[in-house]
Amino acid sequence: MKTERIKTDILIIGGGTAGCYAAVTAAENSDKQILICEKAHIKRSGCLAAGVNALNAYITEGRTPQDYADYCIKDAHGIAREDLLLTMSQRLKAVTERLEREGLVILRDEQGKYVTRGDRNIKINGENIKPLLADMAQRQPNVRVLNRVNITDIDVTGGRINGAFGIGIGDGTFYIIEASAVLMATGGAAGLYKPNNPGFSRHKMWYCPFNTGAGYAMGIRHGAEMTTFEMRFIALRCKDTIAPTGTLAQGVGAKQVNVLGEVYEQKYGLTTSERVYGTAAENAAGRGPCFLRTEGITKDQEQSLLKAYLNMAPSQTLKWLENGELPGENNVEIEGTEPYIVGGHTASGFWVDADRATTIKGLYAAGDAAGGAPQKYVTGALAEGEIAAQSMLRYLDRNEPSGISEESIARHLSEAGRFLSTSDSPYTPEQLEEAMQTVMDNYAGGIRTNYRFSEKSLGIAEKRIIQLEALSDSLRAKDAQELMYIYELRERLTVCKTVIAHLRARKETRWHCFAENTDHPERDDEHWKVFVNSRFENGSTEIILRRVSEG
Amino acid sequence: MSIEINKNKCIGCGKCRDVCPGTLIALGEDRKAFIRYPRDCWGCTSCLKECPVYAISFFLGADMGGTGGRLHTEKEGDILKWITERPDGRVIVTEVDTRESNKY
Ligand SMILES: Cc1cc2nc3c(=O)[nH]c(=O)nc-3n(C[C@H](O)[C@H](O)[C@H](O)COP(=O)(O)OP(=O)(O)OC[C@H]3O[C@@H](n4cnc5c(N)ncnc54)[C@H](O)[C@@H]3O)c2cc1C
Ligand code: SF4
Ligand code: SF4
Repeated sequence: MKTERIKTDILIIGGGTAGCYAAVTAAENSDKQILICEKAHIKRSGCLAAGVNALNAYITEGRTPQDYADYCIKDAHGIAREDLLLTMSQRLKAVTERLEREGLVILRDEQGKYVTRGDRNIKINGENIKPLLADMAQRQPNVRVLNRVNITDIDVTGGRINGAFGIGIGDGTFYIIEASAVLMATGGAAGLYKPNNPGFSRHKMWYCPFNTGAGYAMGIRHGAEMTTFEMRFIALRCKDTIAPTGTLAQGVGAKQVNVLGEVYEQKYGLTTSERVYGTAAENAAGRGPCFLRTEGITKDQEQSLLKAYLNMAPSQTLKWLENGELPGENNVEIEGTEPYIVGGHTASGFWVDADRATTIKGLYAAGDAAGGAPQKYVTGALAEGEIAAQSMLRYLDRNEPSGISEESIARHLSEAGRFLSTSDSPYTPEQLEEAMQTVMDNYAGGIRTNYRFSEKSLGIAEKRIIQLEALSDSLRAKDAQELMYIYELRERLTVCKTVIAHLRARKETRWHCFAENTDHPERDDEHWKVFVNSRFENGSTEIILRRVSEG
Repeated sequence: MSIEINKNKCIGCGKCRDVCPGTLIALGEDRKAFIRYPRDCWGCTSCLKECPVYAISFFLGADMGGTGGRLHTEKEGDILKWITERPDGRVIVTEVDTRESNKY
């Protein structure tokens, strides 16, 4: 394999929302060399590829950062870090204004104030948000971007980071990147569980299917402390298109109704997990399918909906238009998605301090990769990118550069070389991925079991995932892209093991659907108002319980 | 859910290949773009918006209720035109002014 060795001050893994903003912050505040490694192309990579419909995290007039933090903690039924939520919320206004100056269209009223949607959202045209961010990063003279470079591992010695390894998916170049400070901004993990439509449209899922949990897996492998992987995120979405429902619920006031036309949403509570649970419970009781009641909205409202969806989830508009079943005459069917691990929606991810430093020295995390602070969304990811960048600059001032050893390089090169071979294997990454998703679906609380699991079923899941991990050693790739698929599968398997360990550790049901434990169906504040954290050490996952006040 | 590339229109510029968040598109020996992994498309429409000659459209898989319609987009200044071709042949154009925010 062709190799390339690069030295930089700051390495940013993942040029998405948090990654781009961190690069801009570091570049504008120092003359350090910053390198972004992005597996796709930063112009449209990650969660923001299709655009977003609103800024979900904002401090609207009359509200304070403390209000936002309080809301998130309540919505997470107590399991969230106030310090992280506060430091993030304090920056929401400034990052939003910056984006507006860069060209993001934000709706203002006659007095020039942002138009809000509910208590915490503001209305935008978010179709071009990613190209805007990418452009901001690319115009910095001290930022270099390597597109189509998939980072496969980090290098850690003595608890300190030295850099990372990656593979160019275009030409198969093996990259050795030495950096003293590294930001993990790889987003969350999709594709662990069998999706709603596992056939031809298997990637029509809510979360970005190309965010495979790489950052989590790299951290886990090197013993980073992880938090709250049992708080999975399940989105309530328009059936099949998996388009957001908030636009219908908040935009035109559509209520959730069952097949009998009964409004059921108040029955189950209004936190994020309870909303999903209500729909799952109605279906289980034989009162499904469920819908958002849009029948009767005006033609004007309908037209605005068609446009709003084009800016963020065009398949929904196509679905409405192609067979003429418009929302004004037809209620929109809704369903829960398969579970994801996403630190920007729930609290899973790296355990970080208020500087966004992980427990590996020199390694930072932001956005969906970082845990403890749910409901960050786009603006929260930007805020965390900014915090992490400032922390990394301080870290660089205090620490000497480190390097990657020849032994480690040789080991990583030989691993890649072993997978990259024309010899045959009876298995393909696709085959093992499907097997993994089936296992998680059946035994670790997927759609098939209405998100429920038991200790017994988790035991089966764990055994099968370990078998699949062993099988993945035998995979072979003919080119660099297939090699990436092997690494992605292995990342997901690592994340699955951690999810299973966390689901098993929390012996209560705090969040319906997100962690529905049939052996312990009640919430138990006396014992479980704690963070479930974990560290992978000597081949096994050690569980660490931390009090909610810790952090 | 996936995309379709009209080879007759494609001029081989490679922009769709570069921008796809899953790197699913490649250029063939004929210098025409093709989707290498149709089942892995997220439906984000990045490639459609990037194509200078509007050669790419997307469709809903039959498993998610697709009935043969197609959607593509063309840009005129600040106006993004979304063009839906229905299975019955009717064409519906929805214009979105990119300077305007979502109403909802
Ligand atoms: C469909 C959808 C709609 C949403 N809508 C809204 C909305 O309307 N409003 C709102 O506020 N929030 C919304 N969100 C949430 C918000 O978009 C995310 O929380 C936020 O963008 C996450 O930022 P991030 O930087 O953590 O991840 P991303 O922006 O996804 O960035 C991760 C990046 O890492 C790259 N990467 C991954 N692995 C590797 C690797 N191994 N090597 C190199 N690169 C890698 C990816 O390609 C990607 O570019 C939405 C999310 C989704 C999925
Ligand atoms: S729609 Fe998005 S995921 Fe699908 S091929 Fe185009 S750019 Fe790639
Ligand atoms: S962007 Fe359009 S013209 Fe360019 S390679 Fe792709 S399909 Fe062909």
